[in-house]
Amino acid sequence: MSTAADGLESAGDDAVDQESDVATDTIDLDAYDGPTESLSLVEGVRDGLELELARDDSVVVLGEDVGTNGGVFRATEHLQDEFGPNRVIDTPLAESAIVGSSIGLALSGMRPVAEMQFMGFASPAYDQLVSHAAAMRSRSHGQFTLPMVVRMPYGGGIAAPEHHSESREAALVHEPGLKVVTPSTPTDAKGLIAAAVRDPDPVIVLEPKRLYRAFREDVPEEPYTVPIGEASVRREGEDVSLFTWGASTQPALAVAEDLAAENGIDVEVVDLRSLSPLDIDTIAESVQKTGRAAVVHEAPKTAGVGAEVVATINEEALYYLEAPVTRVTGFDAPVPLSTLEDFYLPQALRIREGVLEAVEA
Amino acid sequence: MSTYDEIESTQSPEPTSPPEDAVQILDTDGSLLPGAKRPDLTDEELLEMYEELVLARRFDERATGLQRQGRISTYAPMRGQEGSQVATSFALDAADWLVPTYRDHAAKHAHGRSYESLLQHLAGYREGYAVPDDVNALPEYIPIGTQVPQAMGLAWGFTMQDQHDRAVLCHFGDGATSTGDFHEGLNFAAVYDVPSIFVCNNNQWAISMPFESQTATETIVEKADAYGVEGVRVDGTDPLAVYAVTRAAVQKAKHPAEGERRPTLIESCQYRLGAHSTADDPSAYRDEDDGEDWEDRDPVERLERYLYREEILDDDLADEIADRVEDCLATAIERAEATETDPGRMFEHVYEEPTDRLREQLADLDGLRERHGDEAFEEVGE
Repeated sequence: MSTAADGLESAGDDAVDQESDVATDTIDLDAYDGPTESLSLVEGVRDGLELELARDDSVVVLGEDVGTNGGVFRATEHLQDEFGPNRVIDTPLAESAIVGSSIGLALSGMRPVAEMQFMGFASPAYDQLVSHAAAMRSRSHGQFTLPMVVRMPYGGGIAAPEHHSESREAALVHEPGLKVVTPSTPTDAKGLIAAAVRDPDPVIVLEPKRLYRAFREDVPEEPYTVPIGEASVRREGEDVSLFTWGASTQPALAVAEDLAAENGIDVEVVDLRSLSPLDIDTIAESVQKTGRAAVVHEAPKTAGVGAEVVATINEEALYYLEAPVTRVTGFDAPVPLSTLEDFYLPQALRIREGVLEAVEA
Repeated sequence: MSTYDEIESTQSPEPTSPPEDAVQILDTDGSLLPGAKRPDLTDEELLEMYEELVLARRFDERATGLQRQGRISTYAPMRGQEGSQVATSFALDAADWLVPTYRDHAAKHAHGRSYESLLQHLAGYREGYAVPDDVNALPEYIPIGTQVPQAMGLAWGFTMQDQHDRAVLCHFGDGATSTGDFHEGLNFAAVYDVPSIFVCNNNQWAISMPFESQTATETIVEKADAYGVEGVRVDGTDPLAVYAVTRAAVQKAKHPAEGERRPTLIESCQYRLGAHSTADDPSAYRDEDDGEDWEDRDPVERLERYLYREEILDDDLADEIADRVEDCLATAIERAEATETDPGRMFEHVYEEPTDRLREQLADLDGLRERHGDEAFEEVGE
């Protein structure tokens, strides 16, 4: 006989019981001393996908060129060889149908991981994402839920043609019902992919393509998740908080080291990593400690996620502030072609200026 | 009776690709197929078409080389597809509009764009996007299929303004036919019966996706039936056949016979001999000998053989053309690489009038450049 209380019990590995399948392999990454492998960020994505495909038969990967070709960035390389064409699926060229069919797959009990080849090409899927993926839980009053992932390479800095360099995270963050994460390290890439796949709600994983092969690090071989909703303090500091995510994390860290060495300014670099939900506690604690802040992102300034961070600081730590919070962002203009990208993207010079402005004001 | 029944053509004697039902005029050896008729082009026009084809072939080779040397960004090669591109543009009148994709370099040039400007944006200068006032072409479309409803709207708008002597020719690939925009655009075009020609450059591959996995229909052209427009399938490696078919579609778009609908869907059967782009490695998804039979259907050689047979072209003239082509490209490359730009141009053309915030951002950037110099921006910090 079934009772109401039974419904609250964990159903273990039963993937069909979506609510209870938020299993997390929580390992303490800082204390981890098990076997590791040296991976780039894109290999971290691939490793995360491979482990999830192996762990749960309901996981499928679908998108344009993800199968035979292994993805245009090789994020799904050899996965079709390993799991077959029914688990790693080459689709016709249709972003709306890739996301729309993923919604249907998730409704049926599958756990789809859809790839949008570039964020600049994801717009045809926007209706499916915001009208349906984001809203299925609420418009069915919790009856239908969508454990699905949509991966999108995003951002500039690779001298790509038009429509290959956009950072449109703000539009997605603004949609109640969607979660949005963006890894900036190989370790986070693997762990956030795993967390996204196991999450009961739709998660958009924005992958900074400029960092896909920028550096490698030792990543735990075993499965683990990086919790969605938690920022990562990449560098602790006392003087000023620098909030960023994705590809901008690298120049932010470089600037922090420079400022420490040359100016004696101790910068705390916070990689927000989960843009929705935002880690309000970490933002507040950091600013309450430093009293100064700057936000860096590649997307245009107006109504960027940086504005949400500043508003959050105002709500949570206004009386701790010793200076206005500065924003270092892309301009309110389309991302330029390669010859002018260095002037558009928030690179070291502009970040340094932004931090100094927050410190010296 | 279909417009295309009037174009005398015949089937290929060798049942190789492209399919037998595609309109062809030239055999691969350059001879007219039995019963086929030379389109209404003068010797001079045929030589112009030939020179345009040689130029396209050499542009493709030079651009690929420039990309390998790091002098231009990602490039989408068109080898094997130049014939269809050039011939479709030759079928347009100057008043007609071209709506091209990122691979249609030769179609753009044949309708009036300069290779210099195409090389400019490939080299990372947005200046290359500027379409001259006297060229009726939209900028290239990189997202797939989005141009189809826009092309329809362009044609629709001309008819609303009583400009009945203008047709719009829209290019897209086989992959685009899977998108909603393809369906929506074709349906609108048919419903409003606008003067439009939709050319599907079916090169058999959408990056790694072979045509047979892209759609469950055997052809693209049969999709025309679903919209109530005429469809025609042509050998896209036969420049004369493509010209004849497209020219008929352009005429029909502007001057339809009683009861005839203006739009046409042309499936131009081709093969992408090269990679999707210089960032793509086809060895990951197709055999090296895949498409080998298409190598024999080289559109440049096909027209060249025809012109030799007809004694319109000889070695001296071919050499003269080859020299002109090299000079033209050398000048285009030199000028494109000498482009001068300025970071301030990022803020131009966002709106008719820049917003206050854009002006402020430009002023901030100018201040930084003055204080630190442009070299300081190259330090990415990674």
